[in-house]
Amino acid sequence: MIEIKIAVCIKQVPGTTEIKIDPETNTLIREGIENIINPFDAYAIEEGVRIRERFDGEEVEVIALTMGPPQSKEILKEAISVGVDRAILLSDRAFAGADTWATSTTLAKAINKIGDCRLIILGKQTLDGDTGQVGPELAQRLDIPFIGYASGILEINRNKMKVKRLMEDRYETFEINLPAAISVVKDINTPRVPSLRGKIKAKSAEIPVWDAARLEADEDEVGLSGSYTQVVKIFTPKIKHEIKMIEGSTGEQVEQLYKELKELNAI
Amino acid sequence: MEIKVNEETCNGCSLCKKVCLYDAIEIVDGKAIVNENCVFCGACIEVCKLNSIEITGLAEEKKDFSDYSGVCVYLEANGDRVTDVGFELVSEGRKLAGQLGVKLSAVAIGSGIEKSALGAFQYGLDKLYLIDNPVFSDNLDDIFAKALAQVITRYKPEIFLAGATWFGRTLIPKVAAILKTGLTADCTGLEIDKEKKILLQTRPTFGGNILATIITRNARPQMATVRPHVMEKKKIEEGKGNYKDRIEYIDIDESNFKSKYKLIGTEKELNENINITDYDVVVSGGRGLGGSEKFSMLKELADLMGGVVGASRAAVDSGWISYPHQVGQTGKTVNPKLYIACGISGAIQHLAGMQTSDIIIAINKDPGAPIFKVANYGIVGDIFEVVPMLIKRLRDGKELV
Ligand SMILES: Cc1cc2nc3c(=O)[nH]c(=O)nc-3n(C[C@H](O)[C@H](O)[C@H](O)COP(=O)(O)OP(=O)(O)OC[C@H]3O[C@@H](n4cnc5c(N)ncnc54)[C@H](O)[C@@H]3O)c2cc1C
Ligand SMILES: Nc1ncnc2c1ncn2[C@@H]1O[C@H](COP(=O)(O)O)[C@@H](O)[C@H]1O
Repeated sequence: MIEIKIAVCIKQVPGTTEIKIDPETNTLIREGIENIINPFDAYAIEEGVRIRERFDGEEVEVIALTMGPPQSKEILKEAISVGVDRAILLSDRAFAGADTWATSTTLAKAINKIGDCRLIILGKQTLDGDTGQVGPELAQRLDIPFIGYASGILEINRNKMKVKRLMEDRYETFEINLPAAISVVKDINTPRVPSLRGKIKAKSAEIPVWDAARLEADEDEVGLSGSYTQVVKIFTPKIKHEIKMIEGSTGEQVEQLYKELKELNAI
Repeated sequence: MEIKVNEETCNGCSLCKKVCLYDAIEIVDGKAIVNENCVFCGACIEVCKLNSIEITGLAEEKKDFSDYSGVCVYLEANGDRVTDVGFELVSEGRKLAGQLGVKLSAVAIGSGIEKSALGAFQYGLDKLYLIDNPVFSDNLDDIFAKALAQVITRYKPEIFLAGATWFGRTLIPKVAAILKTGLTADCTGLEIDKEKKILLQTRPTFGGNILATIITRNARPQMATVRPHVMEKKKIEEGKGNYKDRIEYIDIDESNFKSKYKLIGTEKELNENINITDYDVVVSGGRGLGGSEKFSMLKELADLMGGVVGASRAAVDSGWISYPHQVGQTGKTVNPKLYIACGISGAIQHLAGMQTSDIIIAINKDPGAPIFKVANYGIVGDIFEVVPMLIKRLRDGKELV
């Protein structure tokens, strides 16, 4: 009997390192951008697996979830290769174009369908959406506490946990009852690399696909139709860049830098 | 809902394919075809010179929002002090309210914050809603969210703005979810569409490589979090007036505000201020520094300029300085007046966290380092020579040449 279920929400994103801007059209050039697991979500997966390892004797199951196009299956397999027990893909044409609200609607429905999740772990934010809003919105919809920027789970049992969060200038430690949701920062752990056994398991793993009908979701509450926000324009920032190189001996460089700083009223 | 390519007008130029980040466009027989990877981000629509792509079938429900009016700003507090971003938003809110011809209000929630919150009047506030009660002395997300949602529900602003601080970024989505409305994160530009009287919310995504303008449709208020330091504060009133008649004290029933969170400890790093987003000057070090002891040199420079020390991920991962100092995609986004990068190559993930700084100075011994592509002033040189000399210059005030 599974006693504790942990859901980890992950997303496939285009890796950013490859993004270049075409100087002529001032638009993005997409050149063989690789799809990757959102970097923060790797810490979320690792934390889920570590919590399972911390529970001795109790049956814990870690379930990875993603909402995305069919090819997102790949990141779910990656999650399995580093220790997640099973994974579910939420995929339907109707889910496309979702903002954070519609994403949290879909994830909340899936989590309710899985049933009895004690803990939901998310990444701090995604590379593409970059909002960090899905976690707190999801938690609010499930009516459970949410701790953002978690940098350590100090204690956890079936009913409670002590979790430390990072704010800009301090760490705060909270005690909250489970079920709860957290989003994690990079400080929380170091993700492991897949084991050979994990890779084999991932290869043969069956990944069920849940569509809108399966989630009993109306078309107008998911995807772009279920979103309150809508992108009306996408553009690249104007690059108005000019650099002044400060030359000379080190002494001359520093003297000139000093003068520039004075002029800028920086000193 | 569908995304459609007009086969008549599409000439297969593949510009749309080039800009698509999601591998969702193929060119087949000289025509663009959108596949199932599409996330409806709109990048292709924007770039198409022939206006051949459109999203159709999106219900244009007309809702009546006439009972929503005014701009409202959240004054976030740290302890008993309202933080700067709140005042910045009052100034920005003033501008937006002026364009719409509506009133500007602010909400402050906390314990012992009245005095500090009064400061907001100098930036042109019409009304302050104040909830000052000891139950709000700790940052307990759930009761703050509840209180904010109640204020918004009662006073119905059409626009609600809050700082994209770490607390704001966890709190405000909860408020938006309670109110069932949209929320645009981390905005750097806000404008009113004069015709439609709606808020155009512009924000960087993909680490600042792309800007997106977002609207809130079919729900009110239009909510946005705004990056600290982006909007300028402008004092327009003396600040000595009697504001009592412009304050609405909101009494709450404490028994309705019992948090599910228990704060059991707060730690600050000893002798070290780590809120690097709060400073006008950030002096950052990277792998070029070579070790933790060298950060004291940067600290000295930062102190002399009233600034704070930041770091690249490479320096943090090497254990030379703690994570709260990390600037960039996996760290913090800073937006100071002056950013000095010492021995930092300028990897795109680092740039994502600092490229909007007003002035960037790069000191690096490699003239080809990408940091020089975003810097306003560049010094090709050894940080171990340049920085100590600059410290000396600042301290002694003696000319070097
Ligand atoms: C998903 C992801 C997220 C990431 N997030 C972040 C992030 O949030 N923040 C971040 O910073 N990085 C991040 N990175 C890492 C980033 O890609 C770089 O690896 C990192 O920023 C490099 O740090 P650096 O510039 O200090 O080191 P290096 O790239 O090694 O550069 C060191 C520089 O110092 C110069 N130098 C050396 N000695 C001297 C000297 N004596 N005087 C002058 N110059 C000298 C060298 O010429 C070189 O240019 C991320 C990476 C990934 C993949
Ligand atoms: N489509 C999605 N499917 C599953 N999890 C998601 C999805 N989008 C966002 N998340 C989770 O929410 C976090 C914050 O995302 P965001 O609000 O987009 O910055 C991510 O790190 C993921 O853990």
